[in-house]
Amino acid sequence: MDALFNILISRANYWVYIVLMMIGLYGIIAKKNLVKKIIGMNILQTAVILFYISIGAKKNATIPIIEHGHDTAHSAATATLYINPLPHVLMLTAIVVAVATLGVALTLVIKIHQQYHTLEENEILEKIREK
Amino acid sequence: MKIGGLILVVILGSVLIYGSLEFPPWGDPVSPASSHLSPYYIETSVEDTSVPNLVTAVLADYRGYDTMFETIVIFTAGIGCIFLLRIFRKEETGTRLYRHIATGITLRIEKGGKFPETSAAFERIDSVWVPHDLIVKTTCRLIVPFIQIFGLYVIAHGHHSPGGGFQGGVILGAAMILYAVAFNLRSAIQRMGERLTVMLSTLGVFIYAGTGVLCMLLGFNYLDYSALASLLGVDPVTAHSHGILIVEIGVGIAVMAVMVTLYYNLASAGKHDEGL
Repeated sequence: MDALFNILISRANYWVYIVLMMIGLYGIIAKKNLVKKIIGMNILQTAVILFYISIGAKKNATIPIIEHGHDTAHSAATATLYINPLPHVLMLTAIVVAVATLGVALTLVIKIHQQYHTLEENEILEKIREK
Repeated sequence: MKIGGLILVVILGSVLIYGSLEFPPWGDPVSPASSHLSPYYIETSVEDTSVPNLVTAVLADYRGYDTMFETIVIFTAGIGCIFLLRIFRKEETGTRLYRHIATGITLRIEKGGKFPETSAAFERIDSVWVPHDLIVKTTCRLIVPFIQIFGLYVIAHGHHSPGGGFQGGVILGAAMILYAVAFNLRSAIQRMGERLTVMLSTLGVFIYAGTGVLCMLLGFNYLDYSALASLLGVDPVTAHSHGILIVEIGVGIAVMAVMVTLYYNLASAGKHDEGL
């Protein structure tokens, strides 16, 4: 029982991200409105970003900015005192790319609305078949 | 469709949760992700680049190529938005509406009627009912310069505190978007025209790629900032720090310009008229 509880506590963060990711994926699959699909895509991206950030965490470590970085005496930093900077770098760029993809996605949605006067997927498909 | 999606999502989620049992626990200092490359970055990056903020050092120096193409992705998104949405032909609606700012009286100019576009006492409006919010406009006019100064601080201080080109660029772009929301799109475009935003986004990418080419011309590898030591008159380690600042400024300019471009085109569906 104690071991099960330990597993529950130590992996709970991953399960939150998996639940978030599944909410986003369900939004992409099941919602018919294109804007809702884009919102689902954004929730999925957020889940992946949180997952990466949590990989970088270390117990008893601080943010990856070296204290007294310019004093030559202290320049040798211990790896256990600072969290892993690499996931932060990757996600920093991923957030910006998420904004860029959101911009292009909204652009396409505006064009689709200008063409078909609706954003519901089934109505757009009907209008395409009519032609 | 809904039931099928739900079943698929539940199956995939339970597979992922089963897989997560093998993952290292939260905050494990010897997890695989933290035990190979990241100790090298933490221990040597101050010696290599003299930048205390490891995220900035890794972003712009060790992974400089990645960040350069990331900037190009942003640039491509802005250009793609313009190509997809922008409507260049001017539609002549015939009647135009102008509002006297002090009194709120609306003038309707019929087709053929002349009106001085540059008059400061009047502003052009598209729909009849757009309220003139004095409080919102005054507050934003006071706040925007401080937001911009904060954005510049975030770009310039990215070496020593959380920050850098991407974050500062987004803050600068948000200041411009706040101005456009509080006033209207026309006055924002008068302040910062479309041509200027496109030129700035190109300039940002050019600064980043040009720094790399400059390093090559001086006989070093692409984006190896040690080459700048002779130009800047500092030792090679400090040259890394200055090189990072130069490319971060390029990133900041490009991100700011692309954010503003995306807002201009999305808010007005490419027509660049009144907008939201």
